[in-house]
Amino acid sequence: MSRQSNRATDSKKMNSELFTLTYGALVTQLCKDYENDEEVNKQLDKMGYNIGVRLIEDFLARSSIGRCQDFRETADVIAKVAFKMYLGITPSVTNWSPAGDEFSLILENNPLVDFVELPDNHSALIYSNLLCGVLRGALEMVQMAVDVKFAQDTLRGDSVTEIRMKFIKRIEENLPAGDDQHIYIASVGLNAS
Amino acid sequence: MTVHNLYIFDRNGNCLYYNEWNRKKQAGISKEEEFKLMYGMLFSIRSFVSKMSPLDMKEGFLSFQTSKYRLHYYETPSGLKFVMNTDLSVTNARDTLQHIYSNLYVEFIVKNPVCASTQTLESELFSSRLDAFIRALPYYSPRAA
Repeated sequence: MSRQSNRATDSKKMNSELFTLTYGALVTQLCKDYENDEEVNKQLDKMGYNIGVRLIEDFLARSSIGRCQDFRETADVIAKVAFKMYLGITPSVTNWSPAGDEFSLILENNPLVDFVELPDNHSALIYSNLLCGVLRGALEMVQMAVDVKFAQDTLRGDSVTEIRMKFIKRIEENLPAGDDQHIYIASVGLNAS
Repeated sequence: MTVHNLYIFDRNGNCLYYNEWNRKKQAGISKEEEFKLMYGMLFSIRSFVSKMSPLDMKEGFLSFQTSKYRLHYYETPSGLKFVMNTDLSVTNARDTLQHIYSNLYVEFIVKNPVCASTQTLESELFSSRLDAFIRALPYYSPRAA
C-alpha cells in the first residue's frame, strides 16, 4: 500500500522491501499480543477493513473510475487497477461460479510474503488476511457486501495464492429513518407540487 | 459570477460540511432542517431522474437551475455527495467538485487518521484549504451577483 502524497507526479514509490518487512513486523507483534492464530486472523481482517473503508476514497479519487455495472467489471477493476495501484501486481481473475457471484483472484506473487516462512506452531495463521479485510471494507463503501477469504496460500504449501470472493448483496441506500422523516417527505412533496 | 454555498453529505444523509460565501438570503429554517430538506430533495430527485430515464445511465442528476441560481451535484461511487450553489453564469462546476473530493477531501480528511468521516468535519486544515480554493476560483467574485 504505497502511499503517494504527490498525485501530480505520482513518482513517489515506497520501497517494497520496507513495506514487506513492516507488514511482517505487524503480524509478528499481533502473534505476540494474541493467544491463538484465529484471534490474529480476526485482528488482521479488522485492521484491513478499517484500511479498506478509507482506501476506497483514495482509489476512487485517483483512478476516477465510476460505478461498476456488474460484478465481473468489479472483479476486473480490483485485479487490474486496484492491485496494480497498491501492490504492483495484477492477479488473474478465474474460477467464476456458474451464477457469476463468486470468483477467485490468483496471486502468482504475493509481495507481502516475500521473506516469510511460517513456523510450525502457527499452522492456522492466515498471514495475509489483512487483504481480505481491505477488500471487504472497500467494497462495502461502494454498496457491495462481499465475503472474502483465502482459499489457497503458498505459505501453507499450496502452489499459488488464491483469494476467493463471494458477492452477498447490494447495500441499498435509504433515507435516514426517525422522527424527522416528515422533513424529508416534505421535500418530496415540494418536488412534486 | 459567484459561489453561494457548499454542502457535503455522507452516504447516510449527515451533513459533513457546510459553508457559505455570498449568500444574501437565508432559508428561514434552522440549518439542521435545511440540510435535511436539501438531502431529501437530492434523494428524491436522484431516484426520479433514474426512474424516468429512457436509457440506462451511469451518472444521472448533475445540476438544476432556477431563475436565480444553479445547483451543481457530484456524487462519488462511495456515496459522498457534493452540492454547490452558484449563480447562473457558472454552467459547469463538475471539475471543481471533483477537485474538492480528490484533492481536498481525500487528502485532508480521509488520509488524516484522527478525522472520522462519520460526523461533522472539524478539520481546520480542510476548512481553510477549501475556503482558499473556493475564493481562488475564476468564477468566485464577492462583488458580483
